[in-house]
Amino acid sequence: MTAERAIAQDIEASVREHQEHDEAGNSKFGFIVFLLSESVIFLSFFAGYIVYKTTTPNWYPAGVTGLETREPLINTIVLVSSSFVIYVAERYLHDKKLWGFRLFLLATIAMGSYFLWGQAVEWRGLPFTYQSGLFGGTFFLLTGFHGLHVLTGILLQALMLGRSFIPGNYDNGFFGVEATSLFWHFVDVIWIVLYTLIYVWQ
Amino acid sequence: MTNISLESIEVVRGQPRPGAPDNWRRFFTFSTDHKVIGIQYIVTSFAFFLIGGTFSMIMRGELITPDADLVDRTVYNALFTMHGSIMLFMWTFPVLVGLGNYLVPLMIGARDMAFPRLNAASFWMIPVVGILMLASFLVPGGPSQSGWWAYPPVSLQNPTGNLLNGQVLWILAVAISGVSSIMGAVNFVTTIFRMRAPGMTWFRTPAFVWAVLGAQLIQLYGLPALTGGAVMLLLDITIGTSFFAPDRGGNPILYQHFFWFYSHPAVYVMILPVFGMYSEILPVHARKPLFGYRVIAASSILITVISGFVWVHHMFASATPGWMRMFFMVTTMLVAVPSGIKVFGWVATIWGGKIRFTTPMLFALGGISNWVFAGITGIFLGSVPIDIHVNNTYFVVGHFHYVLYGAIVMGIYAGIYHWFPKMTGRMYYEGLGKLHFILTYVGTALTFIPMHPLGLMGMPRRVASYDLEFAYWNVIASIGGFLLGMSTLPFILNMVSSWIRGEKVGNNPWRAYGLEWLTSSPPTVENFEETPIVISGPYSYGRNQPLVENTPNPGLTDFPESLTQQQPS
Repeated sequence: MTAERAIAQDIEASVREHQEHDEAGNSKFGFIVFLLSESVIFLSFFAGYIVYKTTTPNWYPAGVTGLETREPLINTIVLVSSSFVIYVAERYLHDKKLWGFRLFLLATIAMGSYFLWGQAVEWRGLPFTYQSGLFGGTFFLLTGFHGLHVLTGILLQALMLGRSFIPGNYDNGFFGVEATSLFWHFVDVIWIVLYTLIYVWQ
Repeated sequence: MTNISLESIEVVRGQPRPGAPDNWRRFFTFSTDHKVIGIQYIVTSFAFFLIGGTFSMIMRGELITPDADLVDRTVYNALFTMHGSIMLFMWTFPVLVGLGNYLVPLMIGARDMAFPRLNAASFWMIPVVGILMLASFLVPGGPSQSGWWAYPPVSLQNPTGNLLNGQVLWILAVAISGVSSIMGAVNFVTTIFRMRAPGMTWFRTPAFVWAVLGAQLIQLYGLPALTGGAVMLLLDITIGTSFFAPDRGGNPILYQHFFWFYSHPAVYVMILPVFGMYSEILPVHARKPLFGYRVIAASSILITVISGFVWVHHMFASATPGWMRMFFMVTTMLVAVPSGIKVFGWVATIWGGKIRFTTPMLFALGGISNWVFAGITGIFLGSVPIDIHVNNTYFVVGHFHYVLYGAIVMGIYAGIYHWFPKMTGRMYYEGLGKLHFILTYVGTALTFIPMHPLGLMGMPRRVASYDLEFAYWNVIASIGGFLLGMSTLPFILNMVSSWIRGEKVGNNPWRAYGLEWLTSSPPTVENFEETPIVISGPYSYGRNQPLVENTPNPGLTDFPESLTQQQPS
């Protein structure tokens, strides 16, 4: 078989619609596999946190009695509700209503940014640092690593929002939006576990 | 979606036909063809195998006399650290990913991997990892000296005070290697789950594909734990957190848990594809179906599951509580069950078969015999009382080198020889191959068997000098080590010369069953002219049963009299 024929075959193959459908399915499958794997990093951090917390004699550094829970709770409510907001955005896109999609995606970005801002305010007001023993180290490790994921999610959402202004971009499927949405739900679920471990279990 | 399709067409236009001998330059491009990437992986990692092997020969040169006279002790520490890290992260993992990359899409009748560009990106991280590892020789203080497992508090020491030290470079290299492996694992799992040819049900899927799936699932659940531990270690070294630093209230044992939660299953990441290759090679060269194919296939997944519950057997001497020792001793012994199933299946496969002792068959049989030996010493080590006695001695070194060299490297050689005609369309030189086998097999025994008595006598591992009573076995091991070094020469000569000038042998010189043998050698860009439709299970030797619709299996009932018999293609 010659190279030309191989190329011709590829062109023929790439215009076949079921192929495209297959590729989107592969991408979604692969992304879910990736998220499952990513969750193991958090699981290992959580396991480490539980071991540290149950075995360290002086858990809190001197002068610290616990964590303030009120602002973090508001933050949690905002982040968890944003999961529903991005779901609505996805439904709008599914129904080909682009402006609804943009509006709700923008709302998600705003809520995620509020969460990050709240986190930053909390960090600044804390009486301990990441060098304050295992308590300080694990607190900043867990919230910081999660915060990086929130930031990634916001950047992905901004990218998807920008792409919606390319004419016809989402006509033949929108795997990117689905992946962003999945990622956001993932970040949310992780936060719920994290909040329970760090703030509720004191 | 349309944009992506146009791009992929452009990529195909830019690529010459893979396998055409005049187009060697494609191996230096960002090719997305799984066959090009597979060979890129294999050749790159073999270069690092030679580098890691050179380090080990310097170490054996040091150990040929009881005194520390050839290299400085700190250099010796750096050498064993880099030897271990390069052999694992730069040779064994990538070469098996390379073989899997080449073979899996062909064996399941797919055009390519599920994510070709991700695949290429995974590969091109490998040279970066290697450069980072080797660059640590140039920074002040030299490379990491804490061994390939980088236990704190040793790995937290930073005598030069530089932020950019050997240990930090080592962690960065391992992290990039981890990203590459995760991307590869996502790719393999998606490919195997979703891209099998029509009609290829799970129990029509070759045992090698099952084994690769099992191995890559381990990467997905295990590697993130090591990544988590490595992030914490990096923070401890660089910004002064206290996770693993005992002087700041940290817990160094926790690092050992993170490390071994991945790094013991990682052994199965390496051995499972080799098991898969044994399962492919034995039926071809014994002309019999694989005995107990379904059980052998399923036992790969069983190993994947059990291997998640064995890691503490590396920590029997790390103040591990009694109940944990008991639990992990039992689970460790359980791994012998699926491994034993496989060995019984292989023995039954060759039993009464028309065995031809070709080079891949010799390597496979040699590798299996080594594996049985290494598996038995593994049972020794899994048992708490013996492990307490020989912990951190040369017995452990002898055991895992028998696994890694005796079983895994020999299996890799077997795979390379077996599929060499498929990758190149040419046959290797049988005589050089047999010479290579003899040198490797004898070298393995000479190098690694003496380590077992040394360990039982109490020689600790990772030392540059030793007592006079250990000299006898060490001299033998060193001679064996140099023999192993020389054994690569006939292999390199064989590969280079037969790739350029070897005899052209057509598409299926072994008369083997399997989708990969139904396409041309080397396969074209998209592997198959038309998607094969599978109508029966693999390994139908002697049953005269066609594998796919509309394609008669050429001459499968008999093994060719001459191995290099010309076949019309």
